[in-house]
Amino acid sequence: MITVNVNGEIVSIDGPMSIERLLATVQVPTNYLAVELNAEVVMREDYAATLVFNGDDIELVTLVGGG
Amino acid sequence: MVDHNLVIGAHTLASRLIVGTGRYDTMEQMRESLDASGSDCVTVAVRRERLYDRTGQNILDFIDLDRYTLLPNTAGCYTAVDAVRAAKLGREMLRSLGNAGADWVKLEVLGDSKTLLPDPVETVKACEQLVELGFSVLCYTSDCPVTAVRLKKVGAASVMPAGSPIGSGQGLINKNNLQIILEYLKQDDPTYPVIIDAGVGTASDVSEAFELGADGVLLNTAIAHARDPVRMSRAMRHATIAGREAYLAGRIPKRLYGTASSPEEGVISTRPYGSSAHHAPPPLPAP
Repeated sequence: MITVNVNGEIVSIDGPMSIERLLATVQVPTNYLAVELNAEVVMREDYAATLVFNGDDIELVTLVGGG
Repeated sequence: MVDHNLVIGAHTLASRLIVGTGRYDTMEQMRESLDASGSDCVTVAVRRERLYDRTGQNILDFIDLDRYTLLPNTAGCYTAVDAVRAAKLGREMLRSLGNAGADWVKLEVLGDSKTLLPDPVETVKACEQLVELGFSVLCYTSDCPVTAVRLKKVGAASVMPAGSPIGSGQGLINKNNLQIILEYLKQDDPTYPVIIDAGVGTASDVSEAFELGADGVLLNTAIAHARDPVRMSRAMRHATIAGREAYLAGRIPKRLYGTASSPEEGVISTRPYGSSAHHAPPPLPAP
């Protein structure tokens, strides 16, 4: 088991995994999300090839109402 | 005279009114209000997704992405670093949605959580970096002309001075500064877009902004928190048209005395004090 920081919360996952696999565990359509790994945006095309490791910081954001 | 469209960066907008999508009671009310505003550009914010216990609705299910160009903002950011991160995330999201708004951002870097006034130093820094990264930057700023000029210099696609603090509903509290900003930014560059962003309370504030010569108005709370948001949204649409038309038409100069609209000749009544020429009041003291 490793732990990653997702949106400010510590989450345990089985081991290093791709962003694509990580996103499969959440209930949100992935085109409603954008992903940042250690403060760098991960392009959608790179979800499968980008792995998250122990201690990584991940931000999963969406759009909300705003002015 | 036919008006030209508002052009910002690569975007040509049909309406000069840009509306926000925040603070509505319901998503349905927001959708109806956007429709009534006549706007074709709406702002959205980038926020953390509440992942595992998702019960809420997503705003994207209530905005017709073929109809509206989304303008993602960096609201809530207090540093240039965070604003640039938010802008990049917004761009990636809009790219994946196939929305035209992927290449621009409403930059907002705040300096004070109470007044919500922008931090000018961080705003200029972020603007510079985002321009470097290829963004069209629509830059929220205060009504300070010096900062406005600086933002244009570092490449902002539009400078957007606040009429008054965000969500305050105070309208345009320093029209002199806004006028100076308009004059400075449009000097030798009359089509440079200046948008009044924030502070609008009601329809007349919108008209006033356009009568000053603003190219656009961006507002949110004045509609979302009105007693009847859809009706206020319609009022804002009309105020946009009225103010812009009045600006193009050109207001008459203000005069101290009345000038009759009806012919002076052939009046059947007599004047009580003879002709006004003989009874002209003493001239006013020089100012």
